[in-house]
Amino acid sequence: MRITQGCFSFLPDLTDDQIVAQVEYCLSNDWAIGIEFTDDPHPRNTFWEMWGNPMFDLKDAAGVMMELKACRKANPDSYIRLNAFDSTRGFETVRMSFIVNRPKVEPKLDLTRTDVMGRRMDYTLKAMR
Amino acid sequence: MTDTPDASKAVDQPPATVDLAVEFAASGVGEILDELDRELVGLKPVKQRIREIAALLLVERARQKLGLSTETPTLHMSFTGNPGTGKTTVALRMANLLHRLGYVRKGHLVSVTRDDLVGQYIGHTAPKTKEILKKAMGGVLFIDEAYYLYRPDNERDYGQEAIEILLQVMENQRDDLVVILAGYGDRMDKFFASNPGFRSRIAHHIDFPDYSDDELLHIAETMLEGQNYHLNAEARALMAHYIELRRAQPLFANARSIRNALDRARLRQANRLFETASGPVGAEELSTIKAEDIAMSRVFQIAEAMSDKAAS
Repeated sequence: MRITQGCFSFLPDLTDDQIVAQVEYCLSNDWAIGIEFTDDPHPRNTFWEMWGNPMFDLKDAAGVMMELKACRKANPDSYIRLNAFDSTRGFETVRMSFIVNRPKVEPKLDLTRTDVMGRRMDYTLKAMR
Repeated sequence: MTDTPDASKAVDQPPATVDLAVEFAASGVGEILDELDRELVGLKPVKQRIREIAALLLVERARQKLGLSTETPTLHMSFTGNPGTGKTTVALRMANLLHRLGYVRKGHLVSVTRDDLVGQYIGHTAPKTKEILKKAMGGVLFIDEAYYLYRPDNERDYGQEAIEILLQVMENQRDDLVVILAGYGDRMDKFFASNPGFRSRIAHHIDFPDYSDDELLHIAETMLEGQNYHLNAEARALMAHYIELRRAQPLFANARSIRNALDRARLRQANRLFETASGPVGAEELSTIKAEDIAMSRVFQIAEAMSDKAAS
């Protein structure tokens, strides 16, 4: 099942040129870029593994692409996303986040209903592979 | 309607000729070269080399338009010369020049030394070097006193690791950044001799000559002008004498020594104004450096002591 979270996730996967263009846009706004990856796309899993520290003071997207390439090489079959951090308010806020790599076969999200007290129903999502 | 297919054909085909003069004017390189001539005193061979490089790049770009060229030329450079001969200043202009010619995308200069590249413990160097490289992408990486990267006396020195990463990026990402190594001539020669990989990856070796006495005097005046000061005639003569004496003394660093001397002269001038002024002082007085401000310099005393010793 195609995971949709962050920007552009309803569009076809971005090509490298398109990623470069997006990163250039982020850098032109003085946002720092961080690379994160995970194998668990559950929507509540907001903390993905960081691939190195977020990159500050970059001027060109080539630096980000270099790291992204290294991350793809190390984790070819996982989700990788780029986060852009804005520091204008004095703390780093995520302004933009988009997926740049997906596993070949994406896990399914399985919805489980559980009956609890009275007629209440609890729903749980679980990533199934 | 009939000429539409012709027009589309013309777009597909590369142009048959390229007017170099038009290209030159359009790139804005002429301005930078003129600026270089105007603002940097002396450095004839350096300017000549930069002109040549600019011409080469312009021709290369024209070739690319005609579909003749396939590869980006290697642009990594090494600047060698004594301290204070303007290596950093020229590197900054170089970044601008390469940007105008379209060989670097952003045209900024990242200036680093060994400390910025080499870590302090195992596993610290690679991320540190990579971080600097990432910051320099799209611009120029200027490594000052590059020979410190290689310490032959310590085989476990982490500098070697930084060198390896640098070489790799210099080779594989030639269109992303340009590396300029700088340092004193003899030590750079030794550095290149022990790191042949660097020598072969650097296309342009530019040697910065020392300034002559006249050029240094000219530099002194330009520096003062920039700060809205000027020398009176007497001070000018004394400054020329000062430069002559200072050159003979150890740790002479060309333009940098002159800048320091001028800073001290300004200090003395301020002091003199405080001690002697009675009543209000005018702009003329505030901006004139007189002979006595320079005459107090230690350089003259040392020179005197030396000549006394020689006489006795």
